[in-house]
Amino acid sequence: MCHQTVSLVARHLEAHGIATVILGSARDVVEHCGVARFVFTDFPLGNPCGKPYDVAMQRSIVGFGLDLLESARAPRTTLQTPFVWSENQSWRDNYMRIEPAGPSVMTS
Amino acid sequence: MSGRGVDPTHRTFVSYIDKSREYYLGRGYGNPYRWACFDEVPFAPLKRPLSQNVLTLITTAHEGVDAPSFRSAYSIPSEPAPVRLHTDGLFWDRLATHTEDLDSFFPAHRLEEFVRDGRIGHLARRFHGVPTEYSQWKTVERDAPEVLRRCQEDCVDAALLVPL
Repeated sequence: MCHQTVSLVARHLEAHGIATVILGSARDVVEHCGVARFVFTDFPLGNPCGKPYDVAMQRSIVGFGLDLLESARAPRTTLQTPFVWSENQSWRDNYMRIEPAGPSVMTS
Repeated sequence: MSGRGVDPTHRTFVSYIDKSREYYLGRGYGNPYRWACFDEVPFAPLKRPLSQNVLTLITTAHEGVDAPSFRSAYSIPSEPAPVRLHTDGLFWDRLATHTEDLDSFFPAHRLEEFVRDGRIGHLARRFHGVPTEYSQWKTVERDAPEVLRRCQEDCVDAALLVPL
């Protein structure tokens, strides 16, 4: 839901002449809404600017955002960063998982 | 499986639209949320090189669940950078990670470094927060215009927006 909120704000700023870039990890929500520039990092929700305490990765992701501010020539420009959260991909399935006996994980 | 452990028969990134719809259907809510979706997308090119721009940072984190910032747009000084912002009550993956490092979701210190390096002209005097709302109307009609007004007061050229 946070991704939709900033997408709507970004659209409003763009419509009034302020250039924007979103750094996020919920690609479908941002692209569904439609924004000018989006830097996508395929991480669990919570650290869209890089892993905690990984200054080099954070600097790289923010740098991608700054680059995109200057280089995008049209709206709906998405750049995917090269970072991988972990070899273990189980976080993708674990978020909002519905167990056979009913939902057991409420994550908000 | 591919070399990265990704199933090539499925799209690689998580669809939160699909996940949330199925999750709430599983809890008995049969009226799926209707996510914002637009055909037209506004686009504002940078008017000057970034090294001459004033840039701000916009977040969905807040100053505390009991703070007014949880329910309305707020602003904080960009200097000094905030020490802490709160992420309670927001949707993020508590099983996989944490938000104890501010710069992992609010990269104020990383932006300061880019200013020192000359990549960005200046940071705006204020950063901003917006409440996460299910109501798109509240965001579009109440919060976005307020953030725009404050950005215009601060002569902002460009904004970095970071959701949780």
